[in-house]
Amino acid sequence: MADHSHHNDHGHGDHGHDSGFHASMKDYVIGFVLSVILTAIPFWLVMTGALHSPAATGLVIMGFAAVQIVVHMVYFLHMSPKVEGGQNLLALIFTLIIVMIVLSGSMWVMFHLNQNMMPMPATMDGMG
Amino acid sequence: MSTPKTPLNKSGDELVASYYDLHEHAHPDGYSTNLGFWIYLMSDCLIFAMLFATFGVLGGNYAGGEGPRTLFNLPLVALNTSMLLFSSITYGFSMIAMQSGKKNATLIWLFITLLFGLAFLTIELTEFHELIESGNGPQRSAFLSSFFTLVGTHGLHVTFGSIWLVTLMVQVGRFGLTAANQRRLQCLSLFWHFLDVVWIGVFTFVYLMGTLR
Repeated sequence: MADHSHHNDHGHGDHGHDSGFHASMKDYVIGFVLSVILTAIPFWLVMTGALHSPAATGLVIMGFAAVQIVVHMVYFLHMSPKVEGGQNLLALIFTLIIVMIVLSGSMWVMFHLNQNMMPMPATMDGMG
Repeated sequence: MSTPKTPLNKSGDELVASYYDLHEHAHPDGYSTNLGFWIYLMSDCLIFAMLFATFGVLGGNYAGGEGPRTLFNLPLVALNTSMLLFSSITYGFSMIAMQSGKKNATLIWLFITLLFGLAFLTIELTEFHELIESGNGPQRSAFLSSFFTLVGTHGLHVTFGSIWLVTLMVQVGRFGLTAANQRRLQCLSLFWHFLDVVWIGVFTFVYLMGTLR
């Protein structure tokens, strides 16, 4: 593949505008095959109830989702420390930290709120 | 315009110039577009994080209505997921065609990507239509409000991505694979694959975990 044929004029040393993400067929095929596997297994687990335990199934499919997100980042979004001198990766890590705080924080706070604000024994259903 | 002299005997312009880097250096066209676009995507990621958190908090409140177990049609979601996955790899193929300068192959793969994107949207709208028809619209319960907001926002992104895709197909068709068009295609590539990443969260947390509740 003639990767660099059309980026002749790097006026500015290393940080050329093409930023080094050059897709390769191999990357896309590996990413696709892994994604199909990592998608099929969670669907299969939930639809057949193969693990017999919702909690265990939940944990396993969350694990699969996490792995698949990494697969997408590496093979489709071409995340690597080399792209833009690692600044993309830094922005991603920063965002992930915020996302984790938002998600776990919201769930944690609201779960305890729900627990502490349900004095009535009757179900809350139908009160909405 | 009269610029008052400063105590340092510098004109206003000189003073400004000494503090700020006003002169554009010879950056190549599109310099750092990739990083800038990535930061935009990260802000989008935060929006989705908020919506996921909202769904996580409200997703269990059915207001006496139906829950995910009876409402969600997992085979349909699996089909939908495969549409998005296929569209990701076909977009990848168009990028590879673009890198080797094949204009027609790029356009064909972009068109196939568009078809998968539209198939995804059609399936999603069918699902929404059935839910609303059966009285399970966004106003039914907190669970459904947060569901429609989260999944609908993702669907809107796919919609705008499809419009952008058509725009770029016209651009490439008229002006060819110029450096600017290649840069645009790379940005849309990030956008399109990023939507796939968000969908991993949607099918896992909303559909699969919802069915497990």
